[in-house]
Amino acid sequence: MTTPRPADPITPVLTKRWLSPRSWRLSVYEQLEGYTALRKALAGTPEQLVQLVKDSGLRGRGGAGFPTGLKWSFMPPNEDKPHYLVINADEGEPGTCKDIPLMMADPHSLIEGCVIAAYAMRSHHCFIYVRGEALHCVRRLTSAVREAYTAGYLGRNILDSGFDLDITVHAGAGAYICGEETALLDSLEGRRGQPRLKPPFPAAAGLYAAPTTVNNVETIASVPFIVNAGADWFRSMGREKSPGPKIFSISGHVEQPGQYEAPMGTTLRELLELAGGMKDGIPLKFWTPGGSSTPMFTAEHLDTPLDFEGATEAGSMLGTTAVQVFNETVSVPWAVMKWTQFYEHESCGKCTPCREGTYWLAQILERMVRGEGTPADIDTLLDVCDNIFGRSFCALGDGAVSPIQSGIKYFKDEFLALCESNAAHAREHELAGAR
Amino acid sequence: MSEPFSERTEEEARAIIARYPESRSALLPLLHLVQSVQGQVSQEGIAFCARLLALSTAEVDAVVTFYTMYKRRPCGEHLVSVCTNTLCAVLGGDAIYAKLREYLGEDGPAHGHEETFGEPGQPGSITLEHVECLAACDLAPVMQVDYEFFDKQSPDSATHLIDGLRSGNKPMPSRGAPLVGFRNAERQLAGFVELESDVDAPSAAAETVRGAQLAADRGWTAPAMSDTPLPAVSDNKK
Repeated sequence: MTTPRPADPITPVLTKRWLSPRSWRLSVYEQLEGYTALRKALAGTPEQLVQLVKDSGLRGRGGAGFPTGLKWSFMPPNEDKPHYLVINADEGEPGTCKDIPLMMADPHSLIEGCVIAAYAMRSHHCFIYVRGEALHCVRRLTSAVREAYTAGYLGRNILDSGFDLDITVHAGAGAYICGEETALLDSLEGRRGQPRLKPPFPAAAGLYAAPTTVNNVETIASVPFIVNAGADWFRSMGREKSPGPKIFSISGHVEQPGQYEAPMGTTLRELLELAGGMKDGIPLKFWTPGGSSTPMFTAEHLDTPLDFEGATEAGSMLGTTAVQVFNETVSVPWAVMKWTQFYEHESCGKCTPCREGTYWLAQILERMVRGEGTPADIDTLLDVCDNIFGRSFCALGDGAVSPIQSGIKYFKDEFLALCESNAAHAREHELAGAR
Repeated sequence: MSEPFSERTEEEARAIIARYPESRSALLPLLHLVQSVQGQVSQEGIAFCARLLALSTAEVDAVVTFYTMYKRRPCGEHLVSVCTNTLCAVLGGDAIYAKLREYLGEDGPAHGHEETFGEPGQPGSITLEHVECLAACDLAPVMQVDYEFFDKQSPDSATHLIDGLRSGNKPMPSRGAPLVGFRNAERQLAGFVELESDVDAPSAAAETVRGAQLAADRGWTAPAMSDTPLPAVSDNKK
């Protein structure tokens, strides 16, 4: 092992091929080490691959950060029932925009990862559930899958290994909730996308009640690199419990928004430096570390390491590393209202706390933003949040209360100021009536 | 009820069903296929899917009403979607949507969500909607026409875009294939991607590759990769 040196500020792994012309084509992919990891993986055993991914410390890139190797190890070692691998490509968490560029620029890295992961989990049918609005991704993936079949990377007896795999590209139809893995499975079965009760977990009873693993795009696209360069290489980036590179999607009031693939644990201060600082120099007010479902941060969190532990210790979550940056010109209650309207629209309606809660939260916030709120509304908001958080059927409800609770935590004065204008207005009317 | 779907559509529907171990999984792509024929999911379309999948029309209807991309009223030649989620909204998405409502409404009342300007299906007809996050936040504010991306829009650029769609002088998307209408987009979502030139249509903006480009310019790289053997695993398999 060589002496570790500190990683560079940007560590392009998944994003490196994006600079190559026609990077989505098989011929280009093959020139850039494409499908070399697959040959190596098929020469090994499924157990070795599961062990490798465990050793690498790779954690799910879809938001929850569950250890990928451990998830794979939950799949039964027998094949009593068909096994399924399902790729969650239903990117829709507000602020998140990493998987869609990845699938457009480098669809074969996902497909190669799928074949390796399917081999490791003894699956012979993989589904890529792509968000319906991502038409160009559907196109690129469909074409890449076709190329992979023709070249013998998919289909029967892949590269003479005796291993068979089919991939079906499946377009969704516009429902944020289908990013929740069990809702995604219901949707893939041709039903309304509503979450399922867990347990049983998908590894026991997933798609068609058969053993299933659902993994995010960025997670699976990382696998070929780990197979080629090993767990220690992967761990040479990032932090002990959150190793590897991560695509940070920086959006909003910065000079140079975009996709920056940096080691886990990079801070917002460092990311802002890469992104040219705040737009027009207007100071930072609040930001999300990983989408709107992760509680917002403020300027006091500029040096919080953005990995799973760092974000959690500071009171938020890493989520999808969708860093949305807002400057001082943005009203927090307004932003919170907009996000709440989103959750209200996307609540699937299955459980009462989320269905009813988001409905009322949106109305209260709309009233406050109109300047018709009272300080008691703030208590009502927090009370409703308490009745959703941990009491809803899936994580959508928990996500819905994140902007509200964190917004009030850091910017209560702004909510109160909205009520003050209402109170002043009411006083004027009282006086008018008294005359 | 007579079905407006041709023999060819039915063959394509059967090809979709063959992609799945269980036929019901084909329902979402079948509904996209139905929209590619009719520009909406009509009662006939629901009956068609129900018949092919041996489901009741109520079961199909329940699915149709759940997903926002299934349009239960006839769509225009083009579907124009404006992201009004928080980040796009703050950077101009709300202003774009307000402007387009007014612009399409001309002298009448401002157009509302999922309303169609013009005779649905006729050239130049447009259905307007506001949508949730389109996963292109680094390129905010974003719009889509027929699910192709138009990045970094403004109220002015959006009205120019509308003018182009109405006159048949279709603008090129920032990312995605040349516009050929909502129905054709739906056909591709059903899995029928036929034009290789569409596959090769542009996909990367400067923002997309900004990090990778910056690293290339500065000589930053990930640690060097060297071929490492797979770990040995003990043979105590249960």
